[in-house]
Amino acid sequence: MSTPLLSIKGLTKAYPGVVANDNVSFDIGEGEVHALLGENGAGKSTLVKMIYGLVKPDSGTMSLRGAPYAPPEPRAARADGIAMVFQHFSLFDALNVAENIALGMENPPAMGDLAARIREVSETYGLPLDPFRTVGDLSAGERQRVEIIRCLLQDPKLLIMDEPTSVLTPQEVEILFQTLQKLRSEGTSILYISHKLEEIRTLCDHATILRLGKNVGECTPRETSARDMAEMMVGTALKTPERSGREFGEIALDISGLSVPSPSEFGTSLKNVHMTVRKGEVLGIGGVAGNGQDELLAVLSGEILTAADAVKKDGQPVGRMGPTARRRLGLLTAPEERLGHAAAPNMSLTENALLTGSVREGLESNGFLKWAETQAFAERIIKEFDVRTPGPENAARSLSGGNLQKFVIGREVLQNPDVLVVNQPTWGVDASAAAAIRQALLDLAAKGTAVVCISQDLDELMEISDTFAALNEGRLSAPRTTTGLTVDEIGLMMGGAHGMEVAHV
Amino acid sequence: MIVLEKRPQPSRAWSMATPLVAVLATMFFGGLLFAALGKNPVEAIGTIFWEPLFGEYAFYYRPQLLVKGAPLVLIAIGLSLGFRAGIWNIGAEGQYIMGAIVGAGVGLAFYPMEAFYIFPLMVIAGALGGWAWAMVPAFLKVRFGTNEILVSLMMVYVAEQLLASMSLGLLKNPEGFGFPGSRNLQSYASAHNAELIEGTGMHWGVVAALIAVIFAYVLLNRHMTGFHIRLTGEAPRAARFAGVKPARLILFCLGVSGALAGLAGLFEVSGPSGQVSIDFNVGYGFTAIIVAFLGRLHPVGILLAGGLMALTYIGGEIAQGSLGLPAAAIQVFQGMLLFFLLALDLLTNYRIRAARKEVA
Amino acid sequence: MDLSAINPVLLVASLMVAATPLLLAAIGELVVERAGVLNLGVEGMMIVGAISGFAIAVETGSPWLGFIGAAVGGAILSLLFVVLTQVALANQVASGLALTLFGLGLSALMGQSYVGIKPPAMGKLDIPVLSDLPVVGPILFSHDLVLYLGIALTGAVWWMLKYSRAGLILRAVGENHDAAHALGYKVIRIRVMAIMFGGACAGLGGAYISLIRVPQWTEGMTAGVGWIALALVVFASWKPWRALLGAYLFGGVTVIQLNLQAAGVAIPVEYLAMSPYVITILVLVILSADKSSAPASLGRTFHASH
Repeated sequence: MSTPLLSIKGLTKAYPGVVANDNVSFDIGEGEVHALLGENGAGKSTLVKMIYGLVKPDSGTMSLRGAPYAPPEPRAARADGIAMVFQHFSLFDALNVAENIALGMENPPAMGDLAARIREVSETYGLPLDPFRTVGDLSAGERQRVEIIRCLLQDPKLLIMDEPTSVLTPQEVEILFQTLQKLRSEGTSILYISHKLEEIRTLCDHATILRLGKNVGECTPRETSARDMAEMMVGTALKTPERSGREFGEIALDISGLSVPSPSEFGTSLKNVHMTVRKGEVLGIGGVAGNGQDELLAVLSGEILTAADAVKKDGQPVGRMGPTARRRLGLLTAPEERLGHAAAPNMSLTENALLTGSVREGLESNGFLKWAETQAFAERIIKEFDVRTPGPENAARSLSGGNLQKFVIGREVLQNPDVLVVNQPTWGVDASAAAAIRQALLDLAAKGTAVVCISQDLDELMEISDTFAALNEGRLSAPRTTTGLTVDEIGLMMGGAHGMEVAHV
Repeated sequence: MIVLEKRPQPSRAWSMATPLVAVLATMFFGGLLFAALGKNPVEAIGTIFWEPLFGEYAFYYRPQLLVKGAPLVLIAIGLSLGFRAGIWNIGAEGQYIMGAIVGAGVGLAFYPMEAFYIFPLMVIAGALGGWAWAMVPAFLKVRFGTNEILVSLMMVYVAEQLLASMSLGLLKNPEGFGFPGSRNLQSYASAHNAELIEGTGMHWGVVAALIAVIFAYVLLNRHMTGFHIRLTGEAPRAARFAGVKPARLILFCLGVSGALAGLAGLFEVSGPSGQVSIDFNVGYGFTAIIVAFLGRLHPVGILLAGGLMALTYIGGEIAQGSLGLPAAAIQVFQGMLLFFLLALDLLTNYRIRAARKEVA
Repeated sequence: MDLSAINPVLLVASLMVAATPLLLAAIGELVVERAGVLNLGVEGMMIVGAISGFAIAVETGSPWLGFIGAAVGGAILSLLFVVLTQVALANQVASGLALTLFGLGLSALMGQSYVGIKPPAMGKLDIPVLSDLPVVGPILFSHDLVLYLGIALTGAVWWMLKYSRAGLILRAVGENHDAAHALGYKVIRIRVMAIMFGGACAGLGGAYISLIRVPQWTEGMTAGVGWIALALVVFASWKPWRALLGAYLFGGVTVIQLNLQAAGVAIPVEYLAMSPYVITILVLVILSADKSSAPASLGRTFHASH
């Protein structure tokens, strides 16, 4: 075999209390699509940040086409032909597409020439994009195109893609794969980071699997079963949540003709949303991020007020009620953003338990707080949801993402809601914690709670929900029974290919 | 290379220690400043911090400590509530002036009648005056989203002009031989905020300050409103999720701080100062900002910080007389204190660690 | 009352002078805020600039050296803000207040021996023919050079923000500092430079008051101009030419109320004197509805975690 494009030897990077990468080695060949596979927290992000020059390794070496490679900063990495599409886009909402792309280039041409180049590249690779549109107005998929085009304009030798499909519909994923295959055929290597096994089996030539910062194995995805890869990734056999046959009761939550503008400038307005959830039913709401998920949750939590009877709980109009009044009625919610929205980072777990628990758990009387009871409630959440922390006096930000998520979901579940709405309940959570959270939601439904689960993880939704609907540009598709739903149908409910086209060959 | 590393949670020890370290650092660098001005630094620092408490004339200065400390604490307690919630009232100076004008105005309206209810009425009027002045930025912020920092500050300049107009016009002493300034309330028994115990400096303002400290302590630690204030400051989105109504919180925080500043003004004009005059305000409203931060926005801390700041005021005056230290030097000294405090606050939330060079 | 004593040509000429300190300070703060930093210490930097410029002009006899000294003085003071907010990651609002309180004290200390002194006079533009033209001459061609510098600076900042790569990077940092960092831009370094530029501009503005507008030194002589400059940035929606327009508007209000005072209008002096502040509040109310053009990272602390 010839010299690999990028060769990584013994990379180690430690942060206080955690070794993010421990002696990781692997090679990426020329024109190869190489998968980097691992759970959240396995060290994938740190590894690619080292390749991209954002983080410096404690020890270990890299070489690019045989020459030593140690980029002091991303600029140097880009100069050496390494480009990266981030999972959380590093884009500037208030600037236009061309300006955003210019910022990612060393010596951008004049704006007019750059715009022409953007048009040209976007057409060649089937990623239509207007260079003068403001980025804040673009959909998640279009924003990804900006990032990809920004990379392609530099003629990269290695393109790093961090979880690129999490913002795409199944149809868009397919088109993206064709674009990537075209790039590979032109000799570009791709480092593809994901935890979605089927994708990797379809696309990648070679895979490196990380677990807890260590390289635990390599494989050729096409010849390895998804099950085997999953076990390498997780280390143990997985327990899948059990679903008991359920009977649905009366309608608990009823949304009809709901239209609200988004409170934030670049948000998505909800347009004529209808949905009903019965007692004991789990309604899964899919859709690419930024299609109105946050707004829908805010409408249900009471952070956005609507017409009174646009939102009804057990037939009672609650649209004008604030969060506290809704909690009193048994309508509870858990937002996506854990730090800063669902929980206050610098406050203790006890105080965070009070944040939503005060009404239903009786933690206040006449406005005065009952700290002893509040602490007991926090301890109950910690115990029943296996939150790993020394105690309830610790600040929320001291918890790992998965543990804090268990705390946030546990806090709502233990209040015995009639209706529970969760947004991205297992985002960034390791597999065992995710399984525990899903089980808790199913248990709650079995006891007769109406559960709404908003998520971008289609596998998760298929696993726990009875009915499925998708949000697309603020519109909610008609709900369908989950059984028998195909990926194609789901993709169409999510809005199909959103104006993407197949790469021109 | 030195890197900052975020602590998993705020350090309690540093949170307590930073004000002390800041005071020590200020003493050191303040000493350097005094030395640069040609004064003996040890003597100057000694004069400022020792003389008022234990010097030869301490019997005279100790009561002054209460007289100067009370308005600072009273105003700072109010400000701290808003600061905790990220609501920045920096116009306490104006609210202080308005409390004095309105309170004194009510008192003077009764002149020369003597009645027990006059002083209580003045207290209420003073609080309302400050409250109303603070309601301007509060209302504008709630209704139009106007920046409360700029509006509350602009209102200070407006209040200063009103003060000038009042001492030259409406409230001018008709028997004052044409001099600007109102009648002296010290010689109007029903309106006089006299010392409660002779020679101690203890007047109603001091009592009010202590009550305010207790009120704020209970509010912040035991009451839902206090929890909502802290929550809003820590994580505004989480606060809205918890059901906090931002508008009500803005009206509450600005209202309370305005009323407390108004009270401070009223107790000052009816007591130590005695009359409404052009130079009535001496910057308590701004110094109270330093006091609030120095006390780490904590009621007990503010009480201590108010005492300390009063000490630098009085000690500064002594040093002015005995050593010829310029008054502005003390102002710089106080400003320095706030600097060190803000800079050292870093240690509460971050650890400083030596590390190899890293692209950060 | 004699309103006929007010000469409209002189009024316009003097409103340009009254507007210049505001304009200089506002342009500096505009750049700072575009970089995502809220520095409430403008008043403090102005007053320190006023005294540094005044002292250096008096000592050297050169107003030009005075202005350079003022810019340096303002920039040095802004370094304190840099240390607090960019190194020690302190809250920007509190740090700005600290800067103002400290600056007011420091300037009073520095200015003790300069009270009551007249500074060296600054030359005015005198172009034969042009400066002597009626109406146009006094308004356009007979000012001191710093006034023209203020206008030139506005144009330069506008061009920089709109067309230059440096301006694009500055805006990017102010818009989303995490993304800018991810692309490899030095967020802190760019912000430090912006803050120092803001400090230098505020210093120039302060010196314009003490050396040209008044011209003498008195304690606290900036009297809230720094705060009005902050309001002006909001008024201008973070756009340089609108800052110029706003500065002339406020300059106009100031000059008119001074003229009315001199003309002996039946409104008490105090109410005329409070008018610029009241108008500032009104303007803030009218414009606060539109915050969409504010830089998205404004006032947020940046710390590069791994």
